[in-house]
Amino acid sequence: MTPRQCRWVFLVAGAGLVAFYLWGLTALPGFGHYPGPYGPAVLRIAVEQTKATGVVSAVNFDYRGFDTVGEEFILFTAAAGVSVVLRKLREERERSAVDEAADRDVPPTSTAVRTVALLFTGPVVVLGWWLASHAQANPSGGFQGGVVLATAFVLVYLAGEFLVFQRFSPVTLTDAVEAVGAGGFAAVGLVAVLLGLPYLKDYLPLGQMAGAVSSSGTIALISFFVGLEVAAAFILITGELLEQTLLIRRPA
Amino acid sequence: MSALAAVHTPYTVPVAMMQALQVTLLVLVAAGATAVVLIQDRVRQVLALSVYGVLLALLFLAFQAPDVTLSELTVGAVVLPAVLLITLAKVRKSEE
Repeated sequence: MTPRQCRWVFLVAGAGLVAFYLWGLTALPGFGHYPGPYGPAVLRIAVEQTKATGVVSAVNFDYRGFDTVGEEFILFTAAAGVSVVLRKLREERERSAVDEAADRDVPPTSTAVRTVALLFTGPVVVLGWWLASHAQANPSGGFQGGVVLATAFVLVYLAGEFLVFQRFSPVTLTDAVEAVGAGGFAAVGLVAVLLGLPYLKDYLPLGQMAGAVSSSGTIALISFFVGLEVAAAFILITGELLEQTLLIRRPA
Repeated sequence: MSALAAVHTPYTVPVAMMQALQVTLLVLVAAGATAVVLIQDRVRQVLALSVYGVLLALLFLAFQAPDVTLSELTVGAVVLPAVLLITLAKVRKSEE
């Protein structure tokens, strides 16, 4: 096919796509006019029923908790996939993370980068922990908190070197934490089944005050496990990428 | 079917002001996305992608989805660009 013909095929197909897209747009509900019954119903009953003022978390971890288990395992599988794809191949060799030529003159990380990274590490850990443990009270949750926690480890890498990152997050420990996080979520749901309730039904005391940290029963617990899983998964993915970039070499 | 009754808080701003903010952010997001596509240099493209992530996060905030804002800030503006930069470093090393 000549380039000219290619262009015609593209133009016809593109015009068709645009036509369907515009046709679809005309049938959309007006801006801000959600037509379904589900949203208003959840907004009316969620706080009273779950004692969580973070209604998004109430939906994610309670009303639609089963969907979230699936998403949790998507991330789990993705992290496993990255580990498999980025493994050391048979003909590749892995260098030691310790500098082989110790007397070499390596330019140190600039003081500015080190200072900023170290200044942020502590607050980022606190912020991540706060986000993951306040899903029931605020617009936050285990996913956001977990990713923020993981970035603290990237800051450690930026401030120091790969060796320090490895010491802070040994792969066996990260693997275990990830498994506990993913398994914990599923186990919280299974306990409900053992109690004779539907899977993932909230069975813990909900607390008296809506939006308190101790409120909302399993919503807070699930958010905690999701935070563990997500933090470990992102640390694992970043670590695998760094290892692949810094240590693994093709044979010369 | 009527929408939920309007909620008034000390932070409530006029509707027109909110709409102006939303339209501004929509335009900025479109401009940012175009910039990401048009930039040729790969490292600069990743940095533009990070800025685009921040813009998208602000857009979500203006449309009352603060939890999505947090996800977009961490994943779109930090983790995704970081992963891409590390990958670029690997590719560059094996090209040498």
